[in-house]
Amino acid sequence: MPESEQLLALYREMLIIRYTEEQLARSHQMGLIHGACHTYVGEEAIATGVCAHLRPDDAVFSTHRGHGHALAKGVSPREVIAELFGRSTGCSEGRGGSMHLFKPEVGMMGTSGIVGPCILQAAGAGYSFKLLKSDQIGVAFFGDGAVNNGAFHEGLNLASIWKLPTLFVCENNMYATEVPFAYSAGNPHVGNRGPAYGMKSLTVDGNDILAVYEAAGEAAQRARGGEGPTLIECRTYRTRAHAEGMRDAGYRTPEEVEEWKARDPITRYNGWLLENEEAGPETLAAIEAEVKEMVADAEEFARNSPWPEADTVSEHVFSQR
Amino acid sequence: MPEMTFVEATLEALDNAMARDPSIFVVGEGIGERGGNFNTTVGLYDKYGPERLCDTPISERGFVGMCAGAAMTGTRPVVDFMFFDFILDAFGELVNQIAKMQYMSSGRLKMPILLRGAIGIGHSAATHHSGSYYPIFAHLPGFRVVVPSVPSDAKGLFATALQSDDPVLFLEHKSLLFNRGEVPEGEYTIPFGQARIAREGTDCTLVAIGSMVDKTLAACERLAEEGISCEVIDPRTIAPLDMETVLASVHKTGRLLIVDETFQPCGVGAEISAQVIYRGFDDLDAPIRRLNGAHVPTPYSPTLEEATVPEAEEIEQSIRDLLAE
Repeated sequence: MPESEQLLALYREMLIIRYTEEQLARSHQMGLIHGACHTYVGEEAIATGVCAHLRPDDAVFSTHRGHGHALAKGVSPREVIAELFGRSTGCSEGRGGSMHLFKPEVGMMGTSGIVGPCILQAAGAGYSFKLLKSDQIGVAFFGDGAVNNGAFHEGLNLASIWKLPTLFVCENNMYATEVPFAYSAGNPHVGNRGPAYGMKSLTVDGNDILAVYEAAGEAAQRARGGEGPTLIECRTYRTRAHAEGMRDAGYRTPEEVEEWKARDPITRYNGWLLENEEAGPETLAAIEAEVKEMVADAEEFARNSPWPEADTVSEHVFSQR
Repeated sequence: MPEMTFVEATLEALDNAMARDPSIFVVGEGIGERGGNFNTTVGLYDKYGPERLCDTPISERGFVGMCAGAAMTGTRPVVDFMFFDFILDAFGELVNQIAKMQYMSSGRLKMPILLRGAIGIGHSAATHHSGSYYPIFAHLPGFRVVVPSVPSDAKGLFATALQSDDPVLFLEHKSLLFNRGEVPEGEYTIPFGQARIAREGTDCTLVAIGSMVDKTLAACERLAEEGISCEVIDPRTIAPLDMETVLASVHKTGRLLIVDETFQPCGVGAEISAQVIYRGFDDLDAPIRRLNGAHVPTPYSPTLEEATVPEAEEIEQSIRDLLAE
């Protein structure tokens, strides 16, 4: 169980993600986001619970639904929103957008528009850290869609044979875009696949911040201690469409969405904090107000930020050295 | 100057770099204790151990993607593919991740990864062990593409590759691997994008790549007996491509033939031709010619295989045709 202060930090982090995502959804409708925007609404407990155990020098590799990972790893809402607005103040200075969020200074090694590579790259970070004899770890966040990709098989096997200090965090939100995982996987469980690779694996309720926090903490400790990788399946659900502006029908029922909304990780955790007297309603309301202001400020910052200079378009194809 | 083989030259460069830089490690199939199918890592396992000479499963996409992550986090992987054809299983990792990583991260991540492998047609290796593919990679922003032809260049260019913060593809033609040549002692580097004039001449310019350099030089040797003077340029790196040396030569000779084992359509010769036409049109006394390998998957049978590769006689005839224009 985390300390009281940490309990509130988890709540605050989940709210940063939620409010930033809701802002991005509004900004998308207003035409301020020029490309795709896959929100993380409903899945906030996972990035928050895992990243709470990471240091800035641990390396996170993420997927197309990666805003939450970037925020939880320490990229500010200003830098995330500005990147989606295509501004020079964005975390990738306007070269990436929603699916290419980079801030290596805090260990955010990128979100990716391709499903799967983050698994391999996190293993590679593990290889670096093992070779350099550091206690850093690599973490891959990916969805259930990546589990049916060859990168999952190859990456888990490599991490296992070399006992790499790596966490593989599968956010099973039941749909790869709009294809149900139950349809596309011969074994529709992810958490029991570890033994196939000689790796520890488990399944947790991905909408329960404390369950994710506990599982990730143990896995991180094992990795830092040289005991090798862990596969964690977090069962969750995205309550918005696959991407903003996309039709969200024909593959799931409104009843199913409502059912999962009732299991919202933030509402649930809010109730838990009050029930267990870890915080009073005023404290939580104050956090909510502070985060709302932070996100409003971030949106304003992004909107008023300069565009990248067009004559820099050819910079950074190669290293400057 | 000591003589050594092409493979021994790169091995010396690798050993020197690994001794100095503990962040360099090598992955590949059979590159550990065995020392590599083509002897590319002989003796290094005993010196640097299994973590730095890391045998892999047959999992090309896996270990290439993994090495991308390693290169992003402070180490310098060398991927030894044995046969370069195997790189195609990792094409997505290369093109979408490795080549684009520095750009996507606005230059804050480096991608110091060296990918090496044997290319080229010969020994009835057939179509899954004979490809070269370098025009494909030269087409894409983000790669350095190196195709050396002699041991001394191989050593210096390999040393440069090991110091580069960019992804480097280092392609070694199978027919050259055990050729011997003089190689300077000690450590030295050769910059990318600097062609080597393999033979000076005044009547025509021949750009030859990889294994075509020796064959072209042999053709020039025969033509010299008739008083024909050819200049032979070995670009050494396809990306970056040293067009200045080519243009200066064409300015002198007025005629250009590009000899390349890889396919003609959309190839290196097409790129060189287009640049010479644009920047050196007034220097040309004849249409530019190209001589390439046949545009077919590489066949197995020796008679068919021979028919896919330009030989010295064919190169000689192409030069005669060029001079007759």
